[in-house]
Amino acid sequence: MYEKDGEKYFVFDSHLHFWDASPDNWVKGQERYAKGWIECFHAYMGLAPAETHWTLEHFQKYSVDDFGRDVFENGHVDGAVFQSTYLKDWYTNGFNDIEHNAALLDEFPGKLRVNGRWDPRDGEAGLQQLEADHAKYGIQGVKLYTAEWKGASRGWKLTDPEAVPFLEKCDELGIRNIHVHKGPTIWPLDKDAFDVADIDHVATDFPNLNFIVEHVGLPRIDDFCYMATQEPNVYAGIAVVVGALMHARPHFFARCMGELLFWVGEDKMLFGSDYAIWEPKWQVEGLVDWDFPDEPAFADYPRWTTAAKKKVLGLNAAKLYDVDVPAEFQLQNGGTPAAQEDAQLVEGAT
Amino acid sequence: MSLEDRVLAALGTVYDPELDEPITALGFVGSCTVSGSGEVDVRLRLPTPQCAPNFAYLMAADARSAVAGLPEVRRVSIVLEDHYTGDEINAALARGGDFDDAFPGETTGALDELRELFRRKALVARQARTCQALLHAGATPEEVTALRVRDLPDGADGVRCRDLRRQLGLPHGPGDPALVAGDGSALTADELPRWLRRARLMTLSLETNGELCRSLLHVRYGSPDQEEVAA
Repeated sequence: MYEKDGEKYFVFDSHLHFWDASPDNWVKGQERYAKGWIECFHAYMGLAPAETHWTLEHFQKYSVDDFGRDVFENGHVDGAVFQSTYLKDWYTNGFNDIEHNAALLDEFPGKLRVNGRWDPRDGEAGLQQLEADHAKYGIQGVKLYTAEWKGASRGWKLTDPEAVPFLEKCDELGIRNIHVHKGPTIWPLDKDAFDVADIDHVATDFPNLNFIVEHVGLPRIDDFCYMATQEPNVYAGIAVVVGALMHARPHFFARCMGELLFWVGEDKMLFGSDYAIWEPKWQVEGLVDWDFPDEPAFADYPRWTTAAKKKVLGLNAAKLYDVDVPAEFQLQNGGTPAAQEDAQLVEGAT
Repeated sequence: MSLEDRVLAALGTVYDPELDEPITALGFVGSCTVSGSGEVDVRLRLPTPQCAPNFAYLMAADARSAVAGLPEVRRVSIVLEDHYTGDEINAALARGGDFDDAFPGETTGALDELRELFRRKALVARQARTCQALLHAGATPEEVTALRVRDLPDGADGVRCRDLRRQLGLPHGPGDPALVAGDGSALTADELPRWLRRARLMTLSLETNGELCRSLLHVRYGSPDQEEVAA
């Protein structure tokens, strides 16, 4: 919970991790990839305020106590979802697989949910694992990382025929929240791995599922916005926009927020800290304090109102994850986050 | 102009295909040494170890072609530093091979299509910046859409618009329209507000990516960009 100027904000962090990227967990022969991955993440932390930077050693592996302090005690977070990320070709026990994340559920009762994952290249065994994860953890969502390497394969698309049974299984089991994270590789390698067109297709084919596009499709924020404005079940995970730009590049942050509010809208934007890349505290406080620069170039964007802040920081994601939000945090005047069918199509977007 | 200066100038014609900025302005040329006998060694560095291999390869191969095209250059070596597919890419570059040689069985010969897609985005963004500057200066939509290529401002955006149109096979003669849609037809005053709304987003996308890349490169290597002035 965060309170500022008499307003109370329910903070639901839709994207965080409890990872182990320490050298002990690097797969033999794959060390350069495991090392490169975590160093790349650590570089992103460099875009946060200097007083929140960690050493690389601490960043590679942090403790349960660190997590509780950074997220719940200092970070204002009321509830959060782990986005399990496997990368088992590079990390022996996974970067943060569902079991590793789930170990924290009992440490912080009622506060955390864990998402599963699937990979169409796992075939029948993957479908069974998805069912087992659903039965064991009651997962409401999955995190998909399309650039994950698996043997000789360097990635996949949601429109691959092998992905259909997995989407159907999610639909059947009620695993409604599909978080999609694009990365730098895909098969074949000479296509644009960051292309979001495959999400557009499956969002149309599976209207009961919600597709949350992590880091708003960056570096394809343009393609993402065109898609999100037309697909009522496509949401923007704004992690990275906040973490990488709000402090380091405030002018670009203002432009991105303006475009997101215009094309995607305040009802379909979800806060995520991407912890441990960035601590939630400065992001939550910064988002509440933030407003557009008082310049003509920003005059025609939708406003960043108190209601918009409350929706984006928690109410929108709480709705997707069926979280009960106490009345004191709800919008005044009976307002609630818009349901899917209310999502407005922006005129002239097609 | 010394050979070293000419090599650097040649590298300045190499664009990051995704960001539409020269690799020299982005700080991607980590070092460049030129021997008295015309042997050139260029080391490229990118913002993260995991920048997309396809774009990384294009920049390295374009750098090789640009430098090798100088008559006094007897040998050129391009090495991509600290990249997770650097071994594959560097081996292909050293052999004089292409992207398909670097990753056999993992490509479909479609790299040119990828480049064209980003040239199209780049053209929209450059046109949008040009158009917005003219509108800010007081021109009307009717005046802006009546302009011809010969009227494009001499700044970097105008020059680059002409280059991109030539590369894309779109009309780019002095008497052709200054602002064109993807098929080369002239934009009309009526279409302009809607086109600008989308083009502004595409411009932001390219520029934001460029800023993120600069930020990450700075965090990674700690040194300022080689040239402060972007194209």
